[in-house]
Amino acid sequence: MKDAPATTPLLEIRNLSKQFDLDKSFLETIKFKGGKITREKRSVHAVNNVSIASQRGEALCVVGESGCGKSTVARLVAGLLTPTTGEIHYEGERIDNRSRHEMMPLRKKMQMIFQNPYASLNPRMTIKQALEEPVKFHNPSMSGSEVTDRVFEVMKSVGVDPSWAARYPHEFSGGQRQRIAIARALTVDPEYVIADEPISALDVSIQAQVLNLMLEAKEERGLTYLFITHDLSVVQHFGTRVVVLYLGTVCEVAETATLFENPKHPYTKALLSAVPQLSDDKPDHIRLKGEIPTPINMPKGCPFASRCSYSDARCGQEQPQPVHQPDGSIVACHAVEEGRLDQ
Amino acid sequence: MSLLSVRDLSVQFAMRDQTVTALRNISFELGKGERLGIVGESGAGKSITGFALMNLLSRPGFISGGSITFDGRDITGLGDAEMRDIRGNHMAMIFQDPMVTLNPVLTIGQQMLETLYAHRRLSKEEATQIAILKLREVYIPSPEDRLDQYPHELSGGMRQRIIIAMALLLDPKLIIADEPTTALDVTIQADIMELLLELCHSNKVGLILITHDLGVVSQMTERTLVMYAGRIIEAGRTREIINDPQHPYTQGLINALPQQTPPGQRLKQIPGNMPSLTAIPPGCPFAPRCNFATDLCRTVLPEVVQYGPVEVACHEVNRLHNDTVEEATA
Repeated sequence: MKDAPATTPLLEIRNLSKQFDLDKSFLETIKFKGGKITREKRSVHAVNNVSIASQRGEALCVVGESGCGKSTVARLVAGLLTPTTGEIHYEGERIDNRSRHEMMPLRKKMQMIFQNPYASLNPRMTIKQALEEPVKFHNPSMSGSEVTDRVFEVMKSVGVDPSWAARYPHEFSGGQRQRIAIARALTVDPEYVIADEPISALDVSIQAQVLNLMLEAKEERGLTYLFITHDLSVVQHFGTRVVVLYLGTVCEVAETATLFENPKHPYTKALLSAVPQLSDDKPDHIRLKGEIPTPINMPKGCPFASRCSYSDARCGQEQPQPVHQPDGSIVACHAVEEGRLDQ
Repeated sequence: MSLLSVRDLSVQFAMRDQTVTALRNISFELGKGERLGIVGESGAGKSITGFALMNLLSRPGFISGGSITFDGRDITGLGDAEMRDIRGNHMAMIFQDPMVTLNPVLTIGQQMLETLYAHRRLSKEEATQIAILKLREVYIPSPEDRLDQYPHELSGGMRQRIIIAMALLLDPKLIIADEPTTALDVTIQADIMELLLELCHSNKVGLILITHDLGVVSQMTERTLVMYAGRIIEAGRTREIINDPQHPYTQGLINALPQQTPPGQRLKQIPGNMPSLTAIPPGCPFAPRCNFATDLCRTVLPEVVQYGPVEVACHEVNRLHNDTVEEATA
């Protein structure tokens, strides 16, 4: 258990929130309601008050269903979006309020891998050009041959034959393209890699290849990952710690083994029980009632209350705060706090 | 008598400069009310199989050989009008993405009634009653109100339920579901799978479930076909295939799943990629990726043979099995 870690976490986000305005201009805010003209500004509450710290060398996984804000968290951390409120710290320094220019040295340390390698590689660049571009940009003093050496070295490490360097992305299969996308992130020698569903678009046998590659890169280069996924079996294999998000809010944070052995939050339990298993003696899945509420009108109390079979009056009124559990996990649930789940 | 019997079905695509064989001599049977899974990776030909069964292949694709017998009747060469009678009435198909399947500019009610009118002579009241009944069967809350809603007003899980209700409208004997839960979240997927299972039981509907997810197949089906590069390479009872796969590809596929390896260790990956349909190697299509391949594998296409409880297309299955037995005893 990590009580008050002595070292500063590599990356820490504190009380991070992101809202996307639906009504941007003045005219859009004007609504006609019940015979009256009123002004109303609606926004999507994509991420609400999320605090996560990732320690050096760990693979922190963020899981949740579509629309829970996991990709928004990744984009906020990568600096592709600006948070509405909250702070992001990298090696103890605040980075969310930096200008583009000030962010530049950090971009070399933090790299991102996206879900769809078809979209993240420029179709008009050969992969050599695509891979050399970030190296040249971040190391202007490097000579051309040094850049090429670096690129070939990384290509070899991800299992892409350097003799294919002159080819275009469309000449590669999906799995190879994702390796190239990973290679592109690795060419600048990052220490922090944000991977947003890097294997979801790939076939099972190819998923294993790419996941192995990411594990190797982690061990050889001492990478720290922020791994965004919806696939819990991948989390169980790859993650050291897991953050479960629901409607942009953290439900549970735990070490991977703890989470899978002893999930505490009712939503985590339901999520784990829904994963299809190979064995035929799988316990029944916990049926959730209703649907995910829209993040436009955030519920007042616990975001999960409307679908939770343990919810009571307090859950509907008061938002549960994250509470440390004896086994080191952090759970935000009134029912867990009050011990109502065990009855 | 079986509900569906497929014999040596082949599908080709006539391209400008060559003819590509997408399905090669597929044979299988499906009993009444039986649930069959078709698994494989993208490009294996599982969706093409579904399309061929429904006679939905459009040019340049065509059935180049073999026969499909449905309910004792050969439906391979049927004309459009006769096929239209079979589709919906006798077999129905559910696709992956409910947003693409539903017409965005028609209400749910209009789309459901349209299907009913196309096949039955019904008054509007009767048709509406059937539609409401079917929506209720798939646990859509307040079905009367849903009829007037448009697809975009509903959530993904709700839309997929409506698609299932539409497939059930005319009480078909067979439902072909092509990746019905792939676009959905796990919790919704679990609900939809439970619903499909329940409907298959209560209405005695046969199900062909096309998916890439071995977990889904394991929980939904009684028998499984494993496809690779347009061929069936292993077929048998789902439990046998999951617990004791015979073909090296099936073994590889199951072993590659993250849950088969202790956390943090290297996954057992299958090297290489599936060959493209335009460049299928001679011999066994899996040979270039197979650890057990011999010269025979690289030159002669293996026939499907009965091996214990399952059917396998592999030259080396005997040796493979002995090796595993030795390993286990050693």
